[in-house]
Amino acid sequence: MSAHSDPHHGTGHDHGPNEQDVHDSLNHIVPPRIYIIVGLALLILTGTTAAVSFIDLGVFNAVVALFIACTKASIVVLFFMHVKYSSKLTKLTLFSGLFLFCVLIGLTLSDYMTRAWGRW
Amino acid sequence: MSDSTVTVPGAHAAHEHPPYQRHHFESMEQQVDATNFAMWLFLLTEIMFFGGLFCSYLIFRNWYYPAFVEASHQLNIFWGTLNTAVLITSSFTMAMGVWSAEMRKKGALVFCLVLTFLLGLVFLGIKYIEYHEKWEKHHVPGFHYSMKSFTDPASDPEVFNEYHDKPLLPDMARHTEIYFGLYFAMTGMHALHMIIGISILGFMIFRARAGAYTTGHITFVENFGLYWHFVDIIWIFLYPLLYLISRHT
Amino acid sequence: MSTDTIVRLPDQATARIPRVNFISKENGILSWLLTGDHKRIATLYLISITFFFAVGGALAGLIRLELLTPQSDLMAADTYNKVFSMHGIIMVFLFLVPSVPATLGNFLMPLMIGAKDLALPKINLLSWYLYIIAGCMMLWTMMTGGVDTGWTFTVPLSTHYVNTNVITAGLAVFVAGFSSVFTGLNFIVTIHKMRAPGMTWFRLPLFVWSNYAASILMVLGTPVLAITLVLIVLERAFGIGVFDPAKGGDPILFQHLFWFYSHPAVYIMILPGMGVISEVVSTFSRKRVFGYTAVAFSSVAIAVFAFFVWEHHMFIMGVSNYSTLVFSLLTMLVAVPSAIKIFNWSFTLYKGSITFETPMLYAFGFMGLFTIGGLTGVFLASSGTDIHLTETYFIVAHFHFVMVGGMLMAFLSGIHFWWPKWTGRMYPEKISQLAALFTFIGFNFTFFPQFILGTLGMPRRYAAYPPEFQVLNVFSTAGATILGIGYLLPILYLTWSLKYGEIAGPNPWQATGLEWQIQSPPLTENFSEIPIVDHDAYDYEWLERKEREVTSVG
Repeated sequence: MSAHSDPHHGTGHDHGPNEQDVHDSLNHIVPPRIYIIVGLALLILTGTTAAVSFIDLGVFNAVVALFIACTKASIVVLFFMHVKYSSKLTKLTLFSGLFLFCVLIGLTLSDYMTRAWGRW
Repeated sequence: MSDSTVTVPGAHAAHEHPPYQRHHFESMEQQVDATNFAMWLFLLTEIMFFGGLFCSYLIFRNWYYPAFVEASHQLNIFWGTLNTAVLITSSFTMAMGVWSAEMRKKGALVFCLVLTFLLGLVFLGIKYIEYHEKWEKHHVPGFHYSMKSFTDPASDPEVFNEYHDKPLLPDMARHTEIYFGLYFAMTGMHALHMIIGISILGFMIFRARAGAYTTGHITFVENFGLYWHFVDIIWIFLYPLLYLISRHT
Repeated sequence: MSTDTIVRLPDQATARIPRVNFISKENGILSWLLTGDHKRIATLYLISITFFFAVGGALAGLIRLELLTPQSDLMAADTYNKVFSMHGIIMVFLFLVPSVPATLGNFLMPLMIGAKDLALPKINLLSWYLYIIAGCMMLWTMMTGGVDTGWTFTVPLSTHYVNTNVITAGLAVFVAGFSSVFTGLNFIVTIHKMRAPGMTWFRLPLFVWSNYAASILMVLGTPVLAITLVLIVLERAFGIGVFDPAKGGDPILFQHLFWFYSHPAVYIMILPGMGVISEVVSTFSRKRVFGYTAVAFSSVAIAVFAFFVWEHHMFIMGVSNYSTLVFSLLTMLVAVPSAIKIFNWSFTLYKGSITFETPMLYAFGFMGLFTIGGLTGVFLASSGTDIHLTETYFIVAHFHFVMVGGMLMAFLSGIHFWWPKWTGRMYPEKISQLAALFTFIGFNFTFFPQFILGTLGMPRRYAAYPPEFQVLNVFSTAGATILGIGYLLPILYLTWSLKYGEIAGPNPWQATGLEWQIQSPPLTENFSEIPIVDHDAYDYEWLERKEREVTSVG
């Protein structure tokens, strides 16, 4: 093991807005028009989900509502939170959280949904 | 190579770095990367934190659907939808704030942060109106809870004229207390996160006006943005689950 | 027993503790209370954890004293409930969960990966303050009447039927949980982002892998405990109804949420200890750990599987038979990665040059006792046996074998192993070997009879028991006395060694690992220049080839 460090690159380099100081993982600045589109989409989807709740779709009311909510959440995550432009690690981190949330719900439900099945 | 116990003079000078780089990091890139990853991990803990509440909600909604439907009619859909729009707009202004910091536009950044702050306050204000109404109508779980609105819906003309709910039998009506328990737990926890977020926003506006975030070091704003968007996402799920269970008559 | 030793100390006549180190660098109480140095924070944790271990241990002593006689004569049944509840809560949340990660983990993590500190030093300090706040809240809970629900806070007992300090205890655990979350978060970020150049994932010491796996569990699991405690507080204070059968709530929902964390919690407790054992077994057999990749992956596998098995704590509670079947199967699976580790350590020992210094004695104790504890866990995984053995002393014996015979031994092994690095001084070898022996003998006398008691049917959490169980209980209490001595001795001689121990030098064990290539105690910044790593972990040939370091410094 050699005990010398890397030659230091950080000495007083020019601080322009597109240098490594700009802090998306891929140095990617999302343009405002994307935010405007996403914001409008979110508002439209909100109106949609409110309107659909007044229509009787039986059990599909819940399905549609959750589907719309997941869509809204996805575009917030991808664009507002920059995950679309982020590293694999960020995506993996997010996925592992969602996966575990599903495990919590799923395995807990495996008890609740099978209680009524009675004994063997 | 043994470590010298005497610091080599000029060793620090050889490691020139921006003043906001902490000494244990080897580069700004490492610091930014690490703090960003840390914020994502914190958001993971928040997913699991709210996850327990969503799990409870799922089970009881399944078990006591009629009670949940009628109890949800007590929530004002106008306020709920307005609040959703307010939060979505605040998420937009926050994202624009991050963009302003990236583009080093101090005025725009402060403007966006102030807007986000105000929208957050509007959200909390509307929440207060809703909570107050619940308190007045004895729908807060606990000693003063009353299920009269559900055993005898006609006694509550405001809601009855809209939804014409059938009276619930007492053993189903008492489950509405669980609905409201979860309503207050979930929206209350969400509101607590909003209060914390707004407080930090206040601090950030103060620092942004001093130019702290428009010299290229934007991690604080960016990471706070992640937190703010996450709180928005929680509300994106709370809204349909609490307000929109079934609004058709 | 071999009298050989691998210890190589510098010439005691001329050796000195290095003048500049993380302890001597700054003076004054504020420099400790406001520090960002991971090593100082680890020291603060070590002192606090030892204090709470002593409190929990005293409570254990009271339990064993009460159980000397079949009647509940030393204390009323209600008091006994409070004693075992506080013992459990303090030992689990204030000792076992933070034990290795917050002390050894905090101290060693940056050293082992070649970094100057953890990624978030202020969060690290916050974590310690949260721990202290939680500890004070817990002491307050005790002094104002305690809590008697058991460490599991089972509803509806805790929400509707007892008049004790459930809310304060619950909030104290909530705060302790966040302390744990922040430690884990810090570790994950550090390991991902701050490894030295050349330190790839598969060159990391296995201690780092184990702590990484435990950190994943801390970050993902603890928040569910947090929300569960919030729900208990709300249920108790406002009657929201989620756990109240009278309002249609489900007490089993509480158990699902509680055990969703508390099962991974046991792996949070044991994984770092397993990391210690990997390091110790390798060093004292002078051999790289057999099947490095398998041990690394098994740590992560344990972390993943840990989340899928929680219902095995609830087999008799009223859950469906079908879910019981599924969880029973999954629980059998989770035993596999743990067993893989035991096999790998055994193969490491095979044809190694084994010596029997104190850390190795504790490691041997761990391997034997954890195997027994883990095996009994498999017996309990089978739901048919579990129905008879659950809520008896079999369970008590099972978890004490893995936690005390396993984790606590690993903790002591680690403390002894890294003591020279931490303080610059060696502990006294002969008395420490004696203490290890006391611990092993005392432990077996205390807890082995409890397996028998459990199979004979003695229930747990009872102050009074049928007279036919008395003989075994007396054995158990006698063992506990010996065990207590075994734990008291290290506190005494380690403190003694701070002033009178032999100077250790940078690498008394001739171990591999970056932490052994720097001075003892380390500098505040650990490395004056970040090292570049070009060899695998446990590379004893590299160690031989390396130039001999100057062994006296300062």
